[in-house]
Amino acid sequence: MSEKASKEKKEQTEKQKEQSSLRQALLVPVLAVLSGLILGGVVMALSGSNPFQAYAALFAGSFGSPSVIIAGMQTYFATGDNNALVRSLYPFTESLVTATPYIFTGLAVAIGFRAGLFNIGAEGQVFIGALCSAFIGYSIKGLPMIIHLPLALLAGAAGGAFWGMIPGYLKARFGAHEVVNTIMMNWIAFRLSDWLLKGPMQASNFRPVTPNVQASAELPRFFEDPLRFNLGFFLALLFAYLVYWFLFKTTLGFEIRSVGANPDAAKYAGMSIVKNIVLVMSLAGALAGLGGGAQVLGVDHWVGQGFSSGYGFDAIAIALLGKSHPFGVVLAALLFGFLRSGATNMQSMAGIPVDIISIIQGLVIVFVAAPAIIRWLYRIKSIKVEETVLTRGWGK
Amino acid sequence: MSNTNVQVTNLALEKRKRVSYGMTLLIVGVLMYLFFGLNTQAGVQTTFGLNVAGTQAIVIPDLIVPAQTTIYLMVAIIVFAGAYQLARGVKSTGLLIGIIAFTFVTAFLTWAAQDKSFNLTGMLSSSLVRATPIALAALCGVISERAAVINIGVEGIMLMSAQIAVVTASITQNLYIGLIAAILVGGLVAAFHAFLVIRFKVDQVVSGVAINIIGAGLTSFLSAKYLQSDTLNNSGTFPIISIPILSEIPVLGPTLFANNIIVYLMLVLVVLMHITLFYTPWGLRTRAVGEHPKAADTLGVNVYLMRYVNVIIGGMIAGLGGAYFTIGSVGRFDELMTSGKGFIGLAATIFGKWTPIGAFASSLIFGFADSLQVKLQILRVPIPSEFLLMAPYIVTMIILTGVVGRAIPPAADGQPYEK
Amino acid sequence: MANVLELQGITKRFPGVLANDKIDIALREGKILALLGENGAGKSTLMNILYGLYKPDEGKIFVRGKEVEINGPNDAIELGIGMVHQHFMLIPVMTVVENVMLGVESIKNGLFLDREKVAKRIHEISEQYGLEVDPHAYIQDLPVGIQQRVEIIKVLYRSADILILDEPTAVLTPQEVEGLFKIINTLIKAGKSIIFITHKLKEVIAIADDISVLRLGRMVGSIEPSNATPQKLATMMVGRDVSLVVQKKVAEPKEAVLKVENLFVRDERQNMTVRGVSFEVRKGEVLGVAGVQGNGQTELVYALTGLLPVDGGTIELEGKMLHNATPRQILESGVAHIPEDRQRHGLILNFPIHDNMVLCTYYKEPFAHGVSLQEKPIFSNAEELIKQYDVRTPNIYVNVGTLSGGNQQKVIVAREFSRPIDLLIASQPTRGLDVGSIEYIHLQIIKKRDEGTGVLVVSSELDEILALSDRIAVMYKGQIMDVLDAKQATKEDLGLLMAGIHPEKTSKKK
Repeated sequence: MSEKASKEKKEQTEKQKEQSSLRQALLVPVLAVLSGLILGGVVMALSGSNPFQAYAALFAGSFGSPSVIIAGMQTYFATGDNNALVRSLYPFTESLVTATPYIFTGLAVAIGFRAGLFNIGAEGQVFIGALCSAFIGYSIKGLPMIIHLPLALLAGAAGGAFWGMIPGYLKARFGAHEVVNTIMMNWIAFRLSDWLLKGPMQASNFRPVTPNVQASAELPRFFEDPLRFNLGFFLALLFAYLVYWFLFKTTLGFEIRSVGANPDAAKYAGMSIVKNIVLVMSLAGALAGLGGGAQVLGVDHWVGQGFSSGYGFDAIAIALLGKSHPFGVVLAALLFGFLRSGATNMQSMAGIPVDIISIIQGLVIVFVAAPAIIRWLYRIKSIKVEETVLTRGWGK
Repeated sequence: MSNTNVQVTNLALEKRKRVSYGMTLLIVGVLMYLFFGLNTQAGVQTTFGLNVAGTQAIVIPDLIVPAQTTIYLMVAIIVFAGAYQLARGVKSTGLLIGIIAFTFVTAFLTWAAQDKSFNLTGMLSSSLVRATPIALAALCGVISERAAVINIGVEGIMLMSAQIAVVTASITQNLYIGLIAAILVGGLVAAFHAFLVIRFKVDQVVSGVAINIIGAGLTSFLSAKYLQSDTLNNSGTFPIISIPILSEIPVLGPTLFANNIIVYLMLVLVVLMHITLFYTPWGLRTRAVGEHPKAADTLGVNVYLMRYVNVIIGGMIAGLGGAYFTIGSVGRFDELMTSGKGFIGLAATIFGKWTPIGAFASSLIFGFADSLQVKLQILRVPIPSEFLLMAPYIVTMIILTGVVGRAIPPAADGQPYEK
Repeated sequence: MANVLELQGITKRFPGVLANDKIDIALREGKILALLGENGAGKSTLMNILYGLYKPDEGKIFVRGKEVEINGPNDAIELGIGMVHQHFMLIPVMTVVENVMLGVESIKNGLFLDREKVAKRIHEISEQYGLEVDPHAYIQDLPVGIQQRVEIIKVLYRSADILILDEPTAVLTPQEVEGLFKIINTLIKAGKSIIFITHKLKEVIAIADDISVLRLGRMVGSIEPSNATPQKLATMMVGRDVSLVVQKKVAEPKEAVLKVENLFVRDERQNMTVRGVSFEVRKGEVLGVAGVQGNGQTELVYALTGLLPVDGGTIELEGKMLHNATPRQILESGVAHIPEDRQRHGLILNFPIHDNMVLCTYYKEPFAHGVSLQEKPIFSNAEELIKQYDVRTPNIYVNVGTLSGGNQQKVIVAREFSRPIDLLIASQPTRGLDVGSIEYIHLQIIKKRDEGTGVLVVSSELDEILALSDRIAVMYKGQIMDVLDAKQATKEDLGLLMAGIHPEKTSKKK
């Protein structure tokens, strides 16, 4: 009896501990984002703009204006015409659309971190994935959607996986540092796509873009134009869950996390470092490639030169902010989706270049990576610093 | 008995190495024959220009060679070397790689420029110029990493310095003030990096990436907001300073002694850094801090101070490299204009085995690949320019595999020091 | 005689640990003070305070009667205090000259290093104290004994007259220890005073003028060498009577489980460190591998466990050829490995205990169905093992990194012993552990032996080898000098073998 009681008590304290550790886990990212936004505001103010106006424009651009939404609802209830309501939801759904590739690329960077690898190559992997998906999407005709769409997505994943596998293999076999190599792969991907878009994959006109993909390869949209909200978002959520399951509930995930946390011990325990590094980089590439594919098939329907607005680089901030946990990545991706999506409105309304978001992202990375600064800024004593080695020196 | 066994296993390893290198040479030779030899018409000549138009007092005759014969000669050299390697074995891998590089590049150029003229001196000179920002980034890498701090943020530092240089120079109408501003900003950003990784023990690569993202974002932000008109973004560039007499030497003169100030500063820095690192107390302490900080600490060397100062000096050198992009070459700032040169510089640091002279030599290889790509476009070689543009990146990746001479980094490279 | 150095009431706290608690010691001029204590007793902390690497929370330091404050190594050097660290503070890729002058560089032409002047000074010191060394040699090319000389030269170069030697004999053969003692005597004759830190009892009695004993951060007491016996010192050090021997039955060895023939192994830097080693381990016996660290033992174990590739020769386990097998194939053939560096190889410190307990078996039933991990069996496995092996931890969910060294080692032992095994390879199984844990782990190893497992123990502590082994192989420069029966082996013979000298042969020659 008393044993049972003490066991219950033990469980209770453990629960409390868990809750407080959850608070701990959220405290730093939240404060980091807050600090990033404040400093971003300072930059805006220094460049002669009103940060409050700017952030208001950003908010309206990302969530929509409440008054317009209410008006849309009123029209709907009064007349049954949902046109205005749907249009009022445009900013919000557009933010979700923007968040979709972020979830994919964020996962691609996070899964790398879990294995102790820094995948800066998500950007190139996105490009290659998009090009592969587009190619299957426009070149094959007459397939039913049930085959064509998965095939096109698969092509994107395969292309990205190949692009990620190369630096993975070079790392595993030669110890060549993946940071430099993934960056080199990015540049090669840019040049390659330049060539493809001007040559073999160019649509018949003079612009360097691919033809539109077939309707049978498009990810279905939920609303009429101009709302572009599509199945891709839910696909991203599904993959976030799959990555979570893979990392924490399977033997393969156990190996990957072991290799990331202590490669020597992993080798001692009979795990293959080479296999796991190649596997992780391929998976990361596949996720990023899927992100590119989902963007083409669900949103753009074609690929042009400025196809990616830096999804792969934003992904680094997202993975760090999400503490390399798939669910954290989803939250961080949503945040940056809203920021990026709102920034376009901010640029047109307040005249502030969208690049301000990159500055904020860089600052967020700094704050997340240096919790001590947050602790010092906000005079918090209780933040426990979770030591995780993200990267190692050259070729070790 | 056991000693003979050691030799046996060593011999087996040596033999494997000998065969694989020999085969590589032979395969490259066959490829050269197939691609270049067979695609060259008999009797056609290739002209290699050795003079730069109008700058020299002494003019030497251009080098005119029969194209096909030259290519076959190169194939013969490499095949002979390969056969010799298979039979006997050459100790120096450097020599073998040198033979591959020399014969391949010569054959390639002869093929590419057949029936046309190709200015070799101009090519060498532009190699050095294009190597300059890479070498400066590499020197930044050398000095920071000798003190055990990896600075992957060079790219971001160079972007910020490039921008500040052109803006200050445009405002003050003085290029030298622009140069100083670039150096100061480089030092400042590096100080921020040093502060994060030394004081707060932030992961060095993460901090560097953050600097790159902030650098790209901030420069693009400012560029979009302020630099669209010419008033702030048109500085002119440093003039070419020809050193009297020396610049008259054929081939070498125009290459080495007719450059702008940033190229000269880079050359001086290579020598200066070599002397500092290996012949002065400061260099001894820097290397000690990078190899075994604890040992240095117990002897009273201030580890943190050494790291701060070296990283900041590295940042200033990278800042100089940034200035090259604007006031050193085109006179205006474009978004993301460094296009990965900082990272290529890091690869040059590694390939140069963390020595200033090695880093400079590796940068020259990259500079050569870069300028080759431009020349080939002019020659209308039937290879898409995008593929030629990929060359430096692919060379970087090959070099990083360590197949060509593996190097050992400073022992404490990338690790924070805890007292 | 006057005290050249005195510490009074030194206290140092680290988060959660009282490392030094009001410690008083005094060093007489021209004498040797031995500071004795177990690993973790607070000796190193105390010396780091003296050398200015840590700041004491309380207490006073007197040098030559004057109270001083030591804020860093520079202050210590200024006061004539020099320290030879347990882990040498030498930079392998630099020369002796560069290592010696670092921090106090000689300069010529106003700017440049004067290597020749320093080399000359090193020559002088060498001759004066009998510390022969080539000033222009690179440290990485020097044997450990010579590296230690360089460390001493470094201290003398800075004209220190108070020398702290931190565990200086840990890496030396008994013969090299003799040599070191000679050097120490020369230094004393030249008027230097020395603090000698160690946990080896016999050395203390052999060399010290005064002995102070530390335990758990406290000063237990001082004793004159003439009154000291090893047993007495051990009791002071540990706080209770300890048995210096492991109680065990006579071994009943059966057929060989492991046969190694003419094995060659290269280390990570491609140096051939194991050169033609042959031996066998039989079921139900402990084969001890003795030798000074760095004579190929580490690489031998790595090769046996698949962590390093084999360059030549064969490894046969129960009829299966295992050279060039992967670590997993070796594990699955019934080999357990307690690794030399437990934090590097043995554990994932920021994984919870339950995951570390299945580090080698996570992919097998019942811990996994297919690729899906099964949490329930993983948790219950850990619960059982921490009880069975007495791992002191709040629960199985905490990260292994939060446990003490002894408990970490118990986690490894529990994990490795919970698998069916035919061969146990234990490398430095008790390094850095407290006496309680050492006794426990020794007992577990002997228990495994008595169950009929073949055991290979590698240790650089001769006492441990003698306590555990039934047969003893001695390694020197990558080769096995000889295999002795443990009952007939003497420390002296082993010492000679460890130095590469065959006792019989030399005696025959004589």
